[in-house]
This record gives sequence, C-alpha cells and structure tokens, in this order.
Amino acid sequence: MAYLELNDVTFAYPNGFTAIEHVSMSFELGEAVAIIGQNGAGKTTTVKLMNGLLKPTQGTVTVDGEPTEGRSTASIAAKVGYVFQNPNDQIFQDSVRKEIAYGLVKRAGRNADRAAIDAKVRDAAEWCGLTDELDTHPYDLPFSMRKFVTIAATMVMDPQVLILDEPTAGQDRTGTERLGRLIEHVRGQGRTVITITHDMEFVAREFRRGIVMANKHMLMDAPVADIFWNDEVLAQANLQRPYIAQLAETRGLRGVLTIDDLLARDAQAFAGAPGASVPSAAEA
Amino acid sequence: MTSISLKHVSYRYPLDTNNVIDDMSFDIEQGRTYALIGANDSGKTTVCNIIRGFIPRFYRGDLTGSVEIDGKPVTDFDDAQLTTMIGYSFQNPFTQMSGVKDNVREEIAYALENLGVPRDEMIERVDAMIELLHLEALADKNPFELSGGQKQRVALAAVLVTDPGIVILDEPTSQLDPKGTEDIFDIVELLKSQGKTVILVEHKIDLIARYCDQVLLLDGGRLVMNGPVHEVLTDPAVLDHGGQLPQVARYYLERNRRFGRHDPIPLTVEEAAAQERKGR
Repeated sequence: MAYLELNDVTFAYPNGFTAIEHVSMSFELGEAVAIIGQNGAGKTTTVKLMNGLLKPTQGTVTVDGEPTEGRSTASIAAKVGYVFQNPNDQIFQDSVRKEIAYGLVKRAGRNADRAAIDAKVRDAAEWCGLTDELDTHPYDLPFSMRKFVTIAATMVMDPQVLILDEPTAGQDRTGTERLGRLIEHVRGQGRTVITITHDMEFVAREFRRGIVMANKHMLMDAPVADIFWNDEVLAQANLQRPYIAQLAETRGLRGVLTIDDLLARDAQAFAGAPGASVPSAAEA
Repeated sequence: MTSISLKHVSYRYPLDTNNVIDDMSFDIEQGRTYALIGANDSGKTTVCNIIRGFIPRFYRGDLTGSVEIDGKPVTDFDDAQLTTMIGYSFQNPFTQMSGVKDNVREEIAYALENLGVPRDEMIERVDAMIELLHLEALADKNPFELSGGQKQRVALAAVLVTDPGIVILDEPTSQLDPKGTEDIFDIVELLKSQGKTVILVEHKIDLIARYCDQVLLLDGGRLVMNGPVHEVLTDPAVLDHGGQLPQVARYYLERNRRFGRHDPIPLTVEEAAAQERKGR
C-alpha cells in the first residue's frame, strides 16, 4: 500500500457544492509531484483531504495505512503538512522566528530542547531565504516572503508529505529558484512534496510526475513530459505546453520541455555540420 | 504626449533610514503599455503608490523630487480627480473588496454610485464589465465567497468600470491560472487599443514580452534599465539585477553562447518561428 492514497473520493461542502468526484491517486515517499489545472478544478480540495482538514463524503483517504476518517486533523498533520494558499490564513506570531518555531515548541512541551529547536528553525530559515528576517514581524514582509515563512513553519515539523498550495504565486525569479531547491532538498530526504502551481515552466523544470485536474475530476497522472505533449488533455484542462515546448514544436521536435532539453537536441543537430539543421538567421 | 513624469524622485518611509526609491526619473507616454519588473523588494509597488498620489497623501515619510501628471504636480489634484484619472488594481486581491457590498454586481457599481452616475448608465456599464471579465456566473455572489483568482477579476472590473485614462495593475494575475492570465493580458491589449496608458507590475515575463511596449527594471529602489521591450528583455544584465528574461530569449542567448552563433534574440515563440523560417 502506498504511503498516501485517495480511493474513489468524492467531496461535497456542507452547502451541497461538490468540489471533487471519484478521485483516486496514490503517493510513495520520496516523490515530487505537481498538481495542475484551472482555478476551480478541485486541486485545493484534493490536498486538504490529504491532511485531514477535510474528510471525504464518499471513498477513503489513507495516510500511512490508516484512513483519515475519525482521526484528528492534528494527528494527520504531523505526517502530512499543508501550506495554505494564502499565508495570512496561517500566520499569528509576532516574529518570523516564533512563527517558524511555534509547532516545534508546542510539540516538545515542557521538555523543549531550545538549542535543538533553534538549530531546526535556522536550517529551515536558510532554505527559505529568511536568515536575515528572523526577528522581523511576518506582516512587515512582502506576501511572497510571508509565504516562505509558512513553508518554513511547516517544514520544521518534518512531515513525511509536504503539500505546497500555489507557492509560486507572486514569486520573483529568486523566489521561484529557491522553491525548486527546497523541493529537491525535501524530496532528497526521502519525503514527498506535492505542489499545486500554475507555473508550467516550473513544473517542466522541477517535477517528473504530474497530475492534471479539470472540472472536479482527475484527468491524467503521468510523467510531466507525457502530460505536456498530450494535446487532448491540455485542451480539456485549458493548459498550454511550456513556451520552450511550443518553440520545439514549431521545429517539429516533440518531447522537449526545457531549455536544456532543446539545447541537447541542438548539440546533436550541430555536431556533424555546424548550423546544418538550424542555420543562423544572421548568417542566412 | 507625456502623461506622467517623475524627476529625481526619492522616498523614505517614516522611521526608515534608507530610501526605498532612490533618485528615480522617467516619463510615461500616453497610450503605451509599460511593465515594471524587478525582484520583490525592488520598489515596484512604491512607484505605483507615488504615481497614484497615495504617497504622500496616505503614506507619510520623506518624498523629494517632482511627480507630474499631464504637466501638473500630482499633489495639485484632489483625490476624487485622481480616482477618475487613474484606475489602480492592488496587489493583494484578498483586501481590495470594499467590504460594504454583498454581491459582485454592486461591488463593481460602487465607484459609479459614488460618482453619481445615472442608474441606467450605471447598469449598462456594470453589465459591460461583467461581460468583459467573464463574471456572469459570479454576478450575484458575495465578494467574500470568491476564490483568490475570482476576486482578482472582480477587483479589476471595479477599477475599469470608471473608464480611467491611466490604469495601474499591480500583479493582476498572481492568483490566476494560465487561461485567466491570458484573459487579463487580452484586456491589457484592449485598453491599449482604446488609447489608455497602462502600467503593469508583473512577474510573467513571457507575457510582458508579447504585450508590453516598454520595460522599466528596478533594483533596490533604483531604475536600472528603461527601454523598448526588445532592447531590455534581450539583455542578460537584467538577470544580474534580479529580473527575469523570457524563456525563448534565454534559450537563444544560451544557444549563441554555447555554439558560437550570432542569431538575433527573439522574445516569443512566434518571433522565433518566423526567424527560423527566414533562416532556412
């Protein structure tokens, strides 16, 4: 059995609105998975079901072999950490340091090892680019950095599965690159990172597995390269290939996703006769 | 015609010791589309607040240099005038809602009500905005029930309904999916065709490359580059200043470097395809 499983899950909110229908997916430890799809497709509802914030209306969600039904959100959250889409829903301490440490201090109770907690906080702060902001009030930080505060606060709890809900929204280049390194770091520790994002270049660069959702359903669960070259699925989910893939397509090259992929194809083409397959426009 | 002109503008927030905007000068021409780019603490939103007059009207602190709109100091306009001249869509859609209206239709009408627009005309203009931003299904919902992306579109409708000549959009697509993002850029194109001046703060550099005329790059409160989109977004120096280049441009720059080529640097897939066809 996989570490985290959704089996034929349907969820309806108390007002009767059905957000997802018959969704099944499973995750092993040590994976990095991107969930993509339009606003309103059911992505956030799906991940909230994974950490017990929501319980399925039909079907089952199991974490580490146990169904979430009947278990407290706190006990599930120790294994599956969820970073909210809007960091303002999550922040309530008056310094970045206290915010990141809060869960650790609470979990340790009276026997808290301050030095160990401090070391963990510093490590997470470094991965999140917050080393110089530990004494700052979280609300004095821009939205994009506040998001990293909530990521750090969830990371330090060492959940087996870390869920990031639109972490790329509003990030500049440095922030997006930092997210990529952080995801690879957590995955390298044998944990799983599940990320909801609208940034297709980020998906192409940082993830091998992708899940496409559209209109309350899971449409495709496959290697990212297969998703971005599946015209039918892209059309149904209203998504586009990354720009580099579109560029490759105009040259009749399929399967390309990133700048490095395309340069590798160029290296082959240029190897025999330089400029043979793609003549330089300046020379032409 | 010059619409907005900043000369040697510096600004420091109250109690702060550093200038967040440092000796900045540039002109905004009427009817063109400008992108403000740079890292997240580079001063982009502060510049928008200065143009709109929120600085120094609401934010105190130390503002020096001159800010003129249509040849007149921005401080000579009263707030009602600035509201109708400059539409401003804030960065955070979670806080832009008025909080006093309980459905989307009334939220969009709010500014027109305050301006005393006749009822029939008001209904017509609100309906036009609902159509433009594809809000039909949301029109009767409470603004606070909406998702981040939906709020972002309602906020934009509430800004555009007053038909301002200058439109400032501070990260209007940060919460939107790719289709929603393209819809917003289509609206930018429409505003441009209507002769409006657009100032856009945005990280989605590939779309800036396609839709904007001019790019201003900020780094640490200073204006470090200011030029036509092709000039700025093909220059690797943008990366040294915390900015980003379009994927297509990055690919061509790297291809030239790695294979000793001298191809021109296109910005979009369409430009690149045209260039490759020509070269073949």
